[in-house]
Amino acid sequence: MDFTTFLWMTFGVFVTLATFSFLYKDNPFYKFAEHLVVGVSAGYFVIILWHNGLVPNLFQKLADGDWYYLWLNSSEPWYIVPAILGMLMWTRFSREYAWVSRWPMAMYIGISTGIAIPLTMSTYINKQLYATMTLSFDNFWGHGGFNLLDPYSGLSNLIIFVGVISALIYFFFSKAHEGWFGRVADLGIWTLMIGFGASFGYTVMARISLFVNRIQDVDDWGKVAWNSTVEPNPNYSNWFLVVFWGMVLIIVVYIIKEIVQHFSSKSKAQTQA
Amino acid sequence: MNSIFEKFMKLDRRWIFLLLVIICVWAYKAKFTIPILIEDETRSIYDFIDSLPPGDIVFIAIDYDPNNLAELHPMTYAIVEHCWRKNLKVIFSALSQNGPGMADQAIRDISDSMKVDKEYNGVLYKGREIKNGVDYCFLGYKPYYGLVILGMGQNFRLPFPNDYYGTPLDSLPMMKGVINYDQVACVIDLSGGSITDAWIAFGQGKFGFPLALGLTGVMTAQYYPYLGSGQIFGLMGGLLGAAEYESLADNPGRAIDGMRVQLFAHLVIIFFIIMGNIGYFASQRRKKREEV
Repeated sequence: MDFTTFLWMTFGVFVTLATFSFLYKDNPFYKFAEHLVVGVSAGYFVIILWHNGLVPNLFQKLADGDWYYLWLNSSEPWYIVPAILGMLMWTRFSREYAWVSRWPMAMYIGISTGIAIPLTMSTYINKQLYATMTLSFDNFWGHGGFNLLDPYSGLSNLIIFVGVISALIYFFFSKAHEGWFGRVADLGIWTLMIGFGASFGYTVMARISLFVNRIQDVDDWGKVAWNSTVEPNPNYSNWFLVVFWGMVLIIVVYIIKEIVQHFSSKSKAQTQA
Repeated sequence: MNSIFEKFMKLDRRWIFLLLVIICVWAYKAKFTIPILIEDETRSIYDFIDSLPPGDIVFIAIDYDPNNLAELHPMTYAIVEHCWRKNLKVIFSALSQNGPGMADQAIRDISDSMKVDKEYNGVLYKGREIKNGVDYCFLGYKPYYGLVILGMGQNFRLPFPNDYYGTPLDSLPMMKGVINYDQVACVIDLSGGSITDAWIAFGQGKFGFPLALGLTGVMTAQYYPYLGSGQIFGLMGGLLGAAEYESLADNPGRAIDGMRVQLFAHLVIIFFIIMGNIGYFASQRRKKREEV
């Protein structure tokens, strides 16, 4: 690994620690890391959009035309139309001419809606309805024997059918939730809660995964930066490691200072009380 | 007794964070393995790819930003390496705005790991050079993913006249005769956002190709209905899904390594949830008693 890559790895470790320092409380290191992410993401996106959107889809298409003919003599002059529509969006910056931006907006929303509505209806509503209505009890206990986790089993079909009906009944407010209707609505709440529980479980796993990834990256950095004998790796300059650990020390000292302040203010408050 | 549980309810959350950090670092450093239970929805993706004849094309959409890298990168590494070991060709796209550079890096890393001989599930695969344009084509990024997915259904060249590196698609050997999704065996979307919805509605919904998903944990539960309806043929959820694929492909990587940490982190969280709930009910009981 070359020194530049190692330098970026080290910076990554520092930013990781700065980000996790927020778990104690908001602080300048966290703010630095947060602003860095937002700034870098926005900057990267602008460049990507320029090179992958505007250059190949507009400038290269009109490249064989001349500016004094307003590129109308290019081989694909119709690309001027979306360019003009795009520029009309900028009229939103003027109070007087902001209404002009409605034209490109209307076109954009019209096209998007025209494409999206039929496909969305078909995909998210019709196909889901068919799948719920075609109740099949084949392989009731799961494929290949007894498998309660099999999403294709007859039991899964039955659970989905009952769950969908009961959840829909819970959201039916034109009849009081009493008697058998109320009991089915209760089953609907249970179905929803189980759904939310599954989402929560997966979310916990997702958050821990992020932390695991950070541990792995810090560990990888450690393996590169330090030999197994816990000596600084001679391939990388020792002063650099000193600077890095200095930065870590600053974060740690800051957190300790905050903790001490927290307890001293707490004890002062108790004394005053 | 009640006071202990009530203390748990009032425990400063930073103590829980600290305990989690200690447990996670310990579990990561402790070298032991935990069994990975393979679910049918992950196995179906593995079986599908494993059954494809050499030379078939798999479309892998690396539609995530670096903030989802932790969960989705292990999936990318495991699936792409599996494809290339089976001599399949891969078309990549990266329709998330901050993803193309990261995707390019991942492709290079996997290409490097393909240079050495490796044994998977008892079969020795000889190392080989992975060539751009022959073994893979990286289309890169274009804005408005819904329109891009629709455009690729007509012709890959409409939204992507050139690949990510600026080479015209027609001059890439593997893209000769490859017009649209009809020439692709399946699409695997690895995503951490709403691009998945576009692949389901505008991709599979309109063109009918076999679609499988690799999703972040947060998203997974809400995409299970598409599995039951047959709109997708496989689903990998979060780090667990990646670990299952690594396990099936006999290619242990970061996901299997991370599942050890997941186990203990979950145990800690479950412990606090139980304690907090006991504390809640105990305090309710005490309140009732005091009222009486």
